[in-house]
Amino acid sequence: MWKKPSHSNPLTFSTIEPEKGMTEALRLSPAEIIENVKKSGMRGRGGAGFPTGMKWQFAAEAKDDAKIVVCNADEGEPGTFKDRYIIKIFGNLMIEGMTIAAYAIGAKRGIIYLRGEYSYLRPLLENLFEERRQAGKLGKNIQGIEGFEFDIEVRMGSGAYVCGEETALIESLEGQRGEPRNRPPFPVNTGFQGHSTIVNNVESFAWVACMFAKGINWFKSVGTDKSTGLKLFSVSGDCKQPGIYEFPLGIKVSKLLEAVGGEDAKAVQIGGAAGLLIPRSEYERTLAYEDIPTGGSIIVFGPDRDMLMVAKNFLEFFVHESCGQCTPCREGNEKLLEGIKMLEEGHCSMHYLNELIALGETMRLTSKCGLGQTSSNPFISVATHFRDEILGRTNLHVS
Amino acid sequence: MLVTKQNRLEARIREWVEQFGRDRSALLPILQEIQKKYTYISKHAMQVVAHELDIHPVEVYGVVTFYSFLSDKPQGKFVIRLCSTISCDMAGRDRVARQLQNDLGIKFGETTPDKKFSLEWSSCLGMCDQGPALLINDEIFTQVTPQKCHELLNECKKAFASHAVRQEADQ
Repeated sequence: MWKKPSHSNPLTFSTIEPEKGMTEALRLSPAEIIENVKKSGMRGRGGAGFPTGMKWQFAAEAKDDAKIVVCNADEGEPGTFKDRYIIKIFGNLMIEGMTIAAYAIGAKRGIIYLRGEYSYLRPLLENLFEERRQAGKLGKNIQGIEGFEFDIEVRMGSGAYVCGEETALIESLEGQRGEPRNRPPFPVNTGFQGHSTIVNNVESFAWVACMFAKGINWFKSVGTDKSTGLKLFSVSGDCKQPGIYEFPLGIKVSKLLEAVGGEDAKAVQIGGAAGLLIPRSEYERTLAYEDIPTGGSIIVFGPDRDMLMVAKNFLEFFVHESCGQCTPCREGNEKLLEGIKMLEEGHCSMHYLNELIALGETMRLTSKCGLGQTSSNPFISVATHFRDEILGRTNLHVS
Repeated sequence: MLVTKQNRLEARIREWVEQFGRDRSALLPILQEIQKKYTYISKHAMQVVAHELDIHPVEVYGVVTFYSFLSDKPQGKFVIRLCSTISCDMAGRDRVARQLQNDLGIKFGETTPDKKFSLEWSSCLGMCDQGPALLINDEIFTQVTPQKCHELLNECKKAFASHAVRQEADQ
């Protein structure tokens, strides 16, 4: 059953001529493709923001005859749903991007790691693969290029948020528990089964196809110097028009809120549970890698929202999703959640609250992967910006 | 488990091993098939898979218990996963949760005695602009209200009645 987003603005993806991006890109040499992606300044759309061209270059330089292109469709960040939409409506654009990447780095094998929660999208993807094989756009000698061979398979996740982290995703593909690896080595050198692997987000691949269709200069002309191009945002929470929106990077929080009918919000969570909570006083900040980096999750909190409830929800999420491998994340999140319960019951001293914030900062510094390094963000943000709201509670509505 | 059932399970696992291969990377796809067919991965199934892939059974157990969509205990024919994440929370998931518990007579993490329904929490289902959302097996439902829970459960019961006979024979 397909659910279209509640609201949306016009998306660039829907104006792109099918197959144009791939056709244009494959006229170039692999080195030229990478040069162009680097020139575009594009950074990964999943949230971490690593420059896509550089990642591809590292993989292209690796000596390996079994390189792999992985599409990270494990969209698990709370509040994000744009990848589901891209797969459903612009699936071919994403596959074009993967094919361009395969040509650029010299890979024959592609894997889409689709989260278990989206298993209803699997038949759709497999139909697309089959159509493309029939049309000579997957398989051998793609687009008549002698020796360019590339095919894609879908592999399903099984309900683990941490598998969105690229090394955990690779562990999962290898049939292991989804526990992140130490980096270095990076997947571009030692990835899936030891082979050079690039892992890019669904949206990143779609934008690559898009930029070759519309021109690298077009892509560069939008956004800011350090954050080029457009970005999809998944907007939910207390606003009049939640849904999927496209904006240039560098847009102010206030502008975005205006567009979605959330002007009266008292705070906005940007980047999902692992992201940042932005209070009203900071609405002039911008959504860009140089200010607030984001994978596109925007959750709006209206004037009547209890911010402690918000922090509690996020921490319950992290306690559940922590893989348990490293101590700061496994134990730290439990402690912070305990702290939330103390605040709810109204018996947390200022001293202890500060201790908890210090613990959160230690978790940032000492956790092994991005999950633990960011899981204390919501707690620290709420404890910093909404102290009067969370301290000294007397209304004991605790279940 | 009857010997014939056990034999059939083993035969099925061997078929999936043929399909996905004996490499360790085939482990998750094989386990996902067992989960889909049997609603859980029994100790015996884990041992057979371990034997086929030539790994220690505890390796398989470690993987089964890591992923929340794999279960080592029998689940219902219909697994209901209600999204617990913040946007669905703000959209009223608690009342949906309460009503699901009332209508099914079980709590989250439990399975009805007739093995028809299991009730689980899920992390974000990616339907944040139209919550509360829930998954019933592979199917997604959005803007669920307490009243709608009853309808959804009824649909499941109807579907179950028409498939039950065939599924029993198939096991």
